[in-house]
Amino acid sequence: METLSFEFPAGQPAQSRALVGCVGSGDLEVLLEPGQAGTLAIQVVTSVNGSAPRWQLLFERMFREQQLPALNISIHDFGATPGVVRLRLEQGLEELNHG
Amino acid sequence: MAEQDIARLLAQRSFTELGARERARALLDAGSFRELLDPFARLMSPWLPKQGIVPQADDGVVVAKGLIDGQPAVVIAIEGAFQGGSLGEVGGAKIAGALELAAEDNRNGTPSRAVLLLETGGVRLQEANLGLAAIAEIQAAIVELREFQPVIGLVAGPVGCFGGMSIAAGLCSYLLVTREARLGLNGPQVIEQEAGLDEYDSRDRPFIWSLTGGEQRYASGLVDGYVSDDVEAIRGELHGLFGQGKPAQERSRRHAWFLERLRAVDTSVQADAAAVRSAYQGA
Repeated sequence: METLSFEFPAGQPAQSRALVGCVGSGDLEVLLEPGQAGTLAIQVVTSVNGSAPRWQLLFERMFREQQLPALNISIHDFGATPGVVRLRLEQGLEELNHG
Repeated sequence: MAEQDIARLLAQRSFTELGARERARALLDAGSFRELLDPFARLMSPWLPKQGIVPQADDGVVVAKGLIDGQPAVVIAIEGAFQGGSLGEVGGAKIAGALELAAEDNRNGTPSRAVLLLETGGVRLQEANLGLAAIAEIQAAIVELREFQPVIGLVAGPVGCFGGMSIAAGLCSYLLVTREARLGLNGPQVIEQEAGLDEYDSRDRPFIWSLTGGEQRYASGLVDGYVSDDVEAIRGELHGLFGQGKPAQERSRRHAWFLERLRAVDTSVQADAAAVRSAYQGA
């Protein structure tokens, strides 16, 4: 198990919070809450050791395409593949807009 | 397939496919769901990370207050996908605390009732005695609350209900199961390990369900209702049972009758589903 931290530039704080997923096999739990203006802070607790570069690349690719609101994101990962991680993050961001 | 069967299937909303939080929301009256100690409270197991296991923000237990059929209720749902629904210190305390608060409500004149959604292998081995102590507290709290209002347990599946929590299930005023449910003190793999493959093959699914599955438990009189995997059907069953009020005598108070039946079982022959049914029903 490893705990990793990431930071990315962001816009204004989000207006709501959201929870998606579950710490089940091959899945992950994502908690999204309003953060400090200008900052997207992500904390990842993952069962897979040595996966920091993979998370970094995944986030970079995702956030290159869109400016996100300022959020604190907590991830509890139980061996999700990058595809599942991306789907869950997108689901969470969508819930923010409808919560 | 007949036209009306297709219409019925399309209208059906599966309960077992829902996660714990959605299950609780589905059973409470629309708009009344209010979660206590939600995931953002981050009341997590302090023991799992020490053992290299990723925790979950709600420790796999959802406690939701609201209304059922217009009456105050608490729905407690265990998430079977997280660590097999195992109960540790935090999740166990959330359940016991919620049941104790419901009893307190009743003493203060608010007739709170409880529904337990049991999807659990029992105690979380990584938390050992702390989990066992929590389960004992849950059992005591069920016995306290059921004096005021019905406590209804539902085992929907796919995990089932085993270990200490199967005893908690047995203490409920009423117990409901689906066909997907399994209910037993020891899980199939534990029995296989103890008794041997010849006695109990945990990979033989039809065999396992024939002995511990929901249909068999209902036919043996060990549970009170056999419901289809449909949100509306389950809601209807809950409303009906709460409407009946407390049972004249809880199943756990009829222990002498059950023990007498069990004493009459011939253990020299391998039991099958029919033998178990007739042992309990005397058919």
